[in-house]
Amino acid sequence: MASSAPNPWLDWGYVRDNRTDILTALEHHVTLTLETVVVATLVSVPLAMLARRFGVLRAPVIGLSGVVYTIPSLALFALLAPYTGIGSRTVLIGLVLYALLILVRNTLAGLDAVPDDVREAARGMGYGPLRVLLRVELPIAMPAVMAGIRLATVSTVALVTVGVVVGYGGLGQLILRGFNNNFYRAEILTNSLLCVALALVLDLLLLGVSRAVTPWARGRS
Amino acid sequence: MSYVHDAVVWLNDPLNWKGQHGVVQLLVDHLRITGLSVGLASLVALPLGIGFGHLGRGGAFTVAAANVSRAVPVLAVLTILVSTPVGFGDRATVIALALFAAPVVLANAYVGMRGVDPDLVEAATAMGLSGGQVLRRVELPLALPLVAAGIRTAVVQVIATATLAALVGGGGLGTIINEGFSTQDYGETLAGGLLVSLLAVVAELGLAGLQRSLTPASLRPPRRRRRAAAVLAEAPEDPALAASGA
Repeated sequence: MASSAPNPWLDWGYVRDNRTDILTALEHHVTLTLETVVVATLVSVPLAMLARRFGVLRAPVIGLSGVVYTIPSLALFALLAPYTGIGSRTVLIGLVLYALLILVRNTLAGLDAVPDDVREAARGMGYGPLRVLLRVELPIAMPAVMAGIRLATVSTVALVTVGVVVGYGGLGQLILRGFNNNFYRAEILTNSLLCVALALVLDLLLLGVSRAVTPWARGRS
Repeated sequence: MSYVHDAVVWLNDPLNWKGQHGVVQLLVDHLRITGLSVGLASLVALPLGIGFGHLGRGGAFTVAAANVSRAVPVLAVLTILVSTPVGFGDRATVIALALFAAPVVLANAYVGMRGVDPDLVEAATAMGLSGGQVLRRVELPLALPLVAAGIRTAVVQVIATATLAALVGGGGLGTIINEGFSTQDYGETLAGGLLVSLLAVVAELGLAGLQRSLTPASLRPPRRRRRAAAVLAEAPEDPALAASGA
């Protein structure tokens, strides 16, 4: 078992020799993450607004997304793959389903936190329901929505790796390849570290975005 | 449609339930791994979280641990551990899963302890209770629901995450899914997916019910106001909301 060949955890040679593979996997990883977050946001914000407007919908929306969230990712891919095929589509659908719970919950919490007085005042100034929503409620809920997007992004980056089972796990693909390749440690660790770094970078970028879109919240924390 | 049929056929075959790689044995393995890793995590994280909460320190560490555990893929940690001298098998899986369960337990214990009304602590101190007595007689009983919630969340999360062990040669119910994928037997894949999902949902609902029935009535959130506060009531648990699917 003990091999005499050196098998370091960190090896610049690995990065140099496999630059194309790493960049391709990284690109898949980033693309999948961004697609997931964009689609999940586009679905969940209207969903949360509907749940807020029609109280009956609230319990089912939260409950159903909670149940989906409980299902382990590998099992979810296993349930989807026979119908959505082997490839990125399965991973994307699965990841969107996970991100939904986080985003719906945070958006709802943000909308719930809008003070009634403020809403009343906007209506008193002659704002219609749509303008109240777009000009008053959504901006006030924005910090909570952005917090949800950040959380969803970081978890999505980690979850993409499970996509290996359908052959589309981004950096996870290389992690498992290193594992199957007689424990090629440099490949395993380099790509694991890249995953964590990617989560960190995206989180910081989104922090910057959320500061930029909520200038009024600056200085408070 | 036919995949569902295949899955039903697979589930109905008694040979798939018996023996070394039968569903029953895999389920037992799955639960044993879960128990060991949550136990290991609690052993380390509970004293730490309760201590931090009592002293009012270590909040930054707790938040950092919770955030890092969200960003690190379980698959990476599993693969890394298996490639170290820890080697194949249950030991690597248990350690990897414990690393993910610990921040959940830690965060909930810390939040629970910090959530105790400072006036009560002050009153207890004024009555002459020592630090240790305040901890044991005032803070711990009041923090218990959240501490328990942390362990519950950790159990559910580890049950979910333990499926991934199959990808790196470990046991548990994930084996069925993995086998289905590698032999392109989607009936088996689907059957495995159903079994694992069922286990996770049952564990979540069952433990939530158990926790509710064990919580003294005086500490329970009132039922009638539950719906209105549904989202907010979850807030203290939020540090625990690490990707359960991970």
